[in-house]
Amino acid sequence: MGEMRTPEQELSRFRGRLVVAGVVGVICFLLLVARFVYLQVVRYDYYATRAEDNRISLVPIVPNRGVIMDSNGTVLARNYSAYTLEVTPSKVPDLEATIEELSKLVDIQPKDRRRLKKLMEETKSFESLPLRNRLTDEEVARFVAQRYRFPGVELKARLFRDYPLGNFASHVLGYIGRITDRDLARIEENDDSANYRGTNYIGKSGLEKSYERELHGQTGFEEVEVDSGGRALRALRRIPATPGNNLILSMDLKLQEVAEKAFGNRRGSLVAIEPGTGAVLAMVSVPTFDPNLFVDGISPQDWEDLNNSPNHPMINRALNGAYPPGSTFKPFMALAALANGKRVASQAYPDPGYFEFGGHRFRDDVPGGHGAVDLPRSIAVSCDTYYYRLANDMGIDMIASYMGQFGFGSRSGIDLDGESSGILPSPEWKRRRFKRPEQQKWFGGETISIGIGQGYNAYTPLQLAHATATLASGGVMYRPHLVRYIVDARDGTKRPVAAQPIKQIPIKPEHLEAVRRGMIMVNKPGGTGASVFASAPYVVAGKTGTAQVFSLKGGKYQAGRVAERLRDHALYIAFAPADKPTIALAILVENGGFGATSAAPIARQVLDYYLLGKLPGAPAPELKSVEQAAADGHAPGEEPHGD
Amino acid sequence: MIDPRFDPRRWLRSLFAPIDGPLALVVLAIVGFSTVVMVSASPERLGTLGMNVAVAFCTMWIAASVPPQRMMSVALPLYVLGVVLLIGVALFGDVSKGARRWLNIGVARIQPSELMKISMPLMLAWYFQTREGLIRGRDFLVAAGLLLVPVGLIAKQPDLGTAILVAAAGFYVLFFAGLAWRLILPVAVVGIVGISSIVAMGDTICKPDVQWPGLREYQKHRVCTLLDPTSDPLGKGFHIIQSTIAIGSGGVVGKGWGKGTQTHLDFLPERHTDFIFAVLTEEFGLAGALFLTVLYTLLILRGLVIAAGAPTLFSRLLAGALTLILFTYAFVNMGMVSGILPVVGVPLPFVSYGGTALVTLCLGVGMLMSICRHRRWASH
Repeated sequence: MGEMRTPEQELSRFRGRLVVAGVVGVICFLLLVARFVYLQVVRYDYYATRAEDNRISLVPIVPNRGVIMDSNGTVLARNYSAYTLEVTPSKVPDLEATIEELSKLVDIQPKDRRRLKKLMEETKSFESLPLRNRLTDEEVARFVAQRYRFPGVELKARLFRDYPLGNFASHVLGYIGRITDRDLARIEENDDSANYRGTNYIGKSGLEKSYERELHGQTGFEEVEVDSGGRALRALRRIPATPGNNLILSMDLKLQEVAEKAFGNRRGSLVAIEPGTGAVLAMVSVPTFDPNLFVDGISPQDWEDLNNSPNHPMINRALNGAYPPGSTFKPFMALAALANGKRVASQAYPDPGYFEFGGHRFRDDVPGGHGAVDLPRSIAVSCDTYYYRLANDMGIDMIASYMGQFGFGSRSGIDLDGESSGILPSPEWKRRRFKRPEQQKWFGGETISIGIGQGYNAYTPLQLAHATATLASGGVMYRPHLVRYIVDARDGTKRPVAAQPIKQIPIKPEHLEAVRRGMIMVNKPGGTGASVFASAPYVVAGKTGTAQVFSLKGGKYQAGRVAERLRDHALYIAFAPADKPTIALAILVENGGFGATSAAPIARQVLDYYLLGKLPGAPAPELKSVEQAAADGHAPGEEPHGD
Repeated sequence: MIDPRFDPRRWLRSLFAPIDGPLALVVLAIVGFSTVVMVSASPERLGTLGMNVAVAFCTMWIAASVPPQRMMSVALPLYVLGVVLLIGVALFGDVSKGARRWLNIGVARIQPSELMKISMPLMLAWYFQTREGLIRGRDFLVAAGLLLVPVGLIAKQPDLGTAILVAAAGFYVLFFAGLAWRLILPVAVVGIVGISSIVAMGDTICKPDVQWPGLREYQKHRVCTLLDPTSDPLGKGFHIIQSTIAIGSGGVVGKGWGKGTQTHLDFLPERHTDFIFAVLTEEFGLAGALFLTVLYTLLILRGLVIAAGAPTLFSRLLAGALTLILFTYAFVNMGMVSGILPVVGVPLPFVSYGGTALVTLCLGVGMLMSICRHRRWASH
């Protein structure tokens, strides 16, 4: 190149290069043909034999799944070995007759047959499928004696997952189940197919799902020489499997038990977090379910019962239930007001019992009002009027941006899958949420309700606990995590799950102190939680809350249940000891009525146990009826208000 | 009402006028062979295969009807669109199987790197056409820059297979435009020496703690698996082991249609897509492999003849490059399935199942046909 050429020279050079390309191409193809000849003619015998031997030459060795323990070493999920009777449909001439014959030796229930049928529809016919799990020794002996009669039917020792505590902490643990097509697609997506060759089960929810990678382990394999009948003659080479890693949780099983029992038969959630680390000490969502039901494939009847129950036991309320926080929002509002210079802690405002905005009266729950109320007292007595006026003074944008810092409306990043982000209302959110322009407009009156934790506000109990823990640690935010250590299955080394602070929210000490004082006053004489924490030997900073159900948009409660399901949700947040907190928690009792009467007593039991080691006597008092609640000066369906 | 002057014979002739007979016959033969293999490998996909073939042939016919001048006018816009989409993928793309390759444009997910396979040679051929008679060393630098930007973006996704194909497509244009031998030969020598030394030192450099500069872990893994498939018999090596067994056990005449044990006992992975050649050779043996290789050779020779007779620099370069891309597809795929090249995701042209690749290839063949028909274009 460089020198000029005539078009003729160019053309002849081009044609020369075409010839070069053609020659190189033909040489490459000849190389391929040489390779084919080598494989198909020279080494034909070798590969023909390999293909002949190929049937069962490589047998995967499935690793033992990791064990899950609580902070004291109590086992929450483990494995046990048992015999299972497996059928390879493609090797069985007449499946129906074979099963009929087998049922004379081994107990085979109609539900076992149904499950096999379902599995056959889902998988390829050359896979070995379980017909009966957990055979008794007697059944094993009977089958072994007659094995020769059943080609294609095998007895296999397999590991089963077991959750010894049954219903306790089931939302945290989750469960494993058979690998479905969707799981397979995800495994392929992660390029894990090789490691799951031979694995039948995979984590479906909870920690079993989010820590699947740690728990599963590394599949080993064995090269086995087999005869024409498919029977193994000898092992040629064996690479053992590496068992999955064990998990040690930060959760204290006893604390979890106290908390779950404290709910009695009510629905709700509790999340307790260690403020200095983000370690989750307890995570309750009640009612619970028994994860053992899922391990072998849940029966259609059980599934129906769980799914159609009006109590929704399968939902992890701590993670996926979004509720208005009610008055538990107020300490954060107070902090926002101080940080933005909208309030001075000591300045008192008169409370006539209502706040007027745009010709509309937003009422307090005490008809005559609370008198003159300063900031700490506004928290202690849960004065709505103070926060109506405050919300109006701050405006929605300032509220939304400050609350966003505490994690309201965003995922906390906990080590469980599928966390909801809740709703932090703002004009921007409303524009995205609604389609029609008239719905997208933000109204000043909506800001007023936001101030007392009502309106569009909706947060998960986890978010509420996370924000409370952040408040307790003076604004240092940690990522909440349930797993404290991952224990290497090979050498037993403990790998701690790092408790790195995510961020530090700048809070002035005097501002924090004013809010803390208000929250301590909540549980002192004159405060809304006084009766519950009377005579407690430690100091609790708390806040009661009551969230209105009636004003919730799009409630799908059935008509027959309206009365009960219309009751307000009861909430309570707290951290203790108030001066040097070691625990922060949020409690929600669905349709529990007042926060002070149904949520705070649960907190008392949990804190008594955690701080004093004291086990509770009787469960929390039963729910009041709607009529009683109304007689207490509080009727559902009015304007939103606090306690 | 039928026009009385309507002559169905003439109408048919004009309908098939853009189609080049020899090219069409060879492509038809390969697609037919592919269908026979697909009936055995994956009969449930025949319906979709038929639809894909119909769409691809329509594309071929349309491309064949477009005169090369028109192709020239879309070269630059197509290239710019492709690069913009690739940047879009890098920023907002969907991740699938560990790679960011897809762009969600609301109605569908598209893979912009596929577009690059055609628009890259189009762009470079256009560039050299605009510089005709004045081509200097500087132009090759510019062309190399135009080539490396999209190739880099694709390699980063990471999609090594497509990056190699696009790079090859661009390189072919440079080669036919007269890139000096003194630049090509050293690179070729270094490449051959490098590959031989990797093969020779396979044991040392494939140790788990050795990091390869510039390559991802899975790319290293693929090369190492090729050197020693038994090092990973459950994972990637499994593919190569099983496909060589399938090919080898096919013998001279094969095990017979529908009788491949490797195929039907499910030992062959991806048997309807990238590894379909293993099915073909298991069931039709060396005979089948030679038949297919001959068909590809005919296709490529016909393409080179069209390039030789093309009237303008643009159409010469484009025809030459398109032909060699077809060759590269076929060679890389058959090479990887038979275990002499690393496993990169390159389909076997006109045989592997997969609509996008088929349409792209037929588009290329259609463009060749158009160049062939417009031999007299701009000859004066």
